[in-house]
Amino acid sequence: MRRICMDYQAGAPTDPRVLEAMMPYFTETFGNPSSPHQFGQETKTAVDHARSQVAELIGAKKAGDVIFTSGGTESNNLAIRGVAHRNREKGDHVITTKIEHMSVINTCKSLQKEGFKVTFIPVDKYGIIDLERLKSEINERTILVSVMYANGEIGTIELIREIGSICHDKKIYFHVDAVAAAGKIPIDVERENINLLSISSNDMYGPKGVGALYIREGTGIVPVVFGGGQEKGLRSGSENIPGIVGMGKAAEIAKNEMFSESRRMVELRDRLINNIIRDIPHSYLNGHPTERLPNNVNIRFSYIEGESLILSLDMEGVAVSSGSACTSKTLEPSHVLLAIGLAHEEAHGSLLFSLGRQTSKEDVDYVSGILPNIVKRLRAMSPLTPKEELG
Amino acid sequence: MYSQKVMEHFKNPRNMGEIPDADGVGTVGNPICGDMMQIFIKVKDNRLEDVKFKTFGCGAAIATSSMITELAKGKTIDEALKITRADVADALEGLPPIKMHCSNLAADGLRAAIEDYLKKKEASK
Repeated sequence: MRRICMDYQAGAPTDPRVLEAMMPYFTETFGNPSSPHQFGQETKTAVDHARSQVAELIGAKKAGDVIFTSGGTESNNLAIRGVAHRNREKGDHVITTKIEHMSVINTCKSLQKEGFKVTFIPVDKYGIIDLERLKSEINERTILVSVMYANGEIGTIELIREIGSICHDKKIYFHVDAVAAAGKIPIDVERENINLLSISSNDMYGPKGVGALYIREGTGIVPVVFGGGQEKGLRSGSENIPGIVGMGKAAEIAKNEMFSESRRMVELRDRLINNIIRDIPHSYLNGHPTERLPNNVNIRFSYIEGESLILSLDMEGVAVSSGSACTSKTLEPSHVLLAIGLAHEEAHGSLLFSLGRQTSKEDVDYVSGILPNIVKRLRAMSPLTPKEELG
Repeated sequence: MYSQKVMEHFKNPRNMGEIPDADGVGTVGNPICGDMMQIFIKVKDNRLEDVKFKTFGCGAAIATSSMITELAKGKTIDEALKITRADVADALEGLPPIKMHCSNLAADGLRAAIEDYLKKKEASK
């Protein structure tokens, strides 16, 4: 059976060029970069090179401002907890949004338990945050604003440069979770006045289990992991050399191919959206029609539930994801879909198709070709489908 | 995640649809929670002559609905009232723990349909 992955958001393959770059660092080049001897210095050079590759992807002037972590979640934890704890005398107020990744939301909630005040800014129906609201929530106790570059679930790209300039004017640290955006759309931490930026390797076809946090020089931050003082004391633990080398290579490839790949992706994305909306009545796009990640398609189907859609597509070899409660560990529908104003039952019936480097036009046509009958079958089963829709 | 039996019922649900002149209809669950089902029964000589379902929900919700119609069909009212959530899950070779509570509504749906039938019968006396 044909197998098509449209769930790259959940996990992406490592690019073979990345894997090739990593291979020597498992067996041949294995020293510890902290060691002064040749074995150590070889890996130190490799880590420094990877740091430059990541810095170039995000427009960082100094490669030394990039530190490696175990992934996007750790980067978000370090950025938010690290800045909050370091700056507690200055203030105890953090602002974020209602549509952040759980690694931001739950880190902020952990700060609330420690006595910090956190404001979760709402978004409009497209998922774009309200800048006036942001401005009005800032007070003299505000130390950090954390907003994602783009939302991985509904694809919406935020007004990062505008938020950066607001934070810059008010002298508040600005953290950006760019896990979903990095490697897909251009990022410039300088022009966008970003103080901290989280990225993950696997989201740009690097190996899993590696991430990075950009920390602009001079940012007040303390570590959350303590030990031997690696990564400027901000992330102790012997470096994951093959992973770091892989992430660097992945960043380099993403930068070089971003223009052509995002054009190709936008075409596939819009083709999938248009096919589905054209062929399936009562299907609607979630998120912004244009201010949208090139690989993201999120559509809701009235009267049916997401997990049964996933299972039905899986039976045809197609992998997608859903905002339904039935696919979450908490049994709550996606907080992002609720934040853009969807009713619970609309959130339950939403599907996320995340396209990737291996997605072809044929894949898109195959998926949009099989979907109408799947939706029809489930709607025929659903007590919510109005009789006149069944025909 | 799901047993083969669950997937088999999800793929080929038994007795899906409505009974237009049903003697009893039970509706349980709520679309807000992600699972809602309707069970329709036709009763003859105190036996469930026909049982059908319509379900909005996940794979487990659809499979349990399908399974309850198989378990209940042909049974007397008293026998059918004894079918429990656990019986449905067992007949499906188990359900993931997280689904045991939220999506395993079919036994409740059947009971609601029978109660509806008994109430109507009482009223028509």
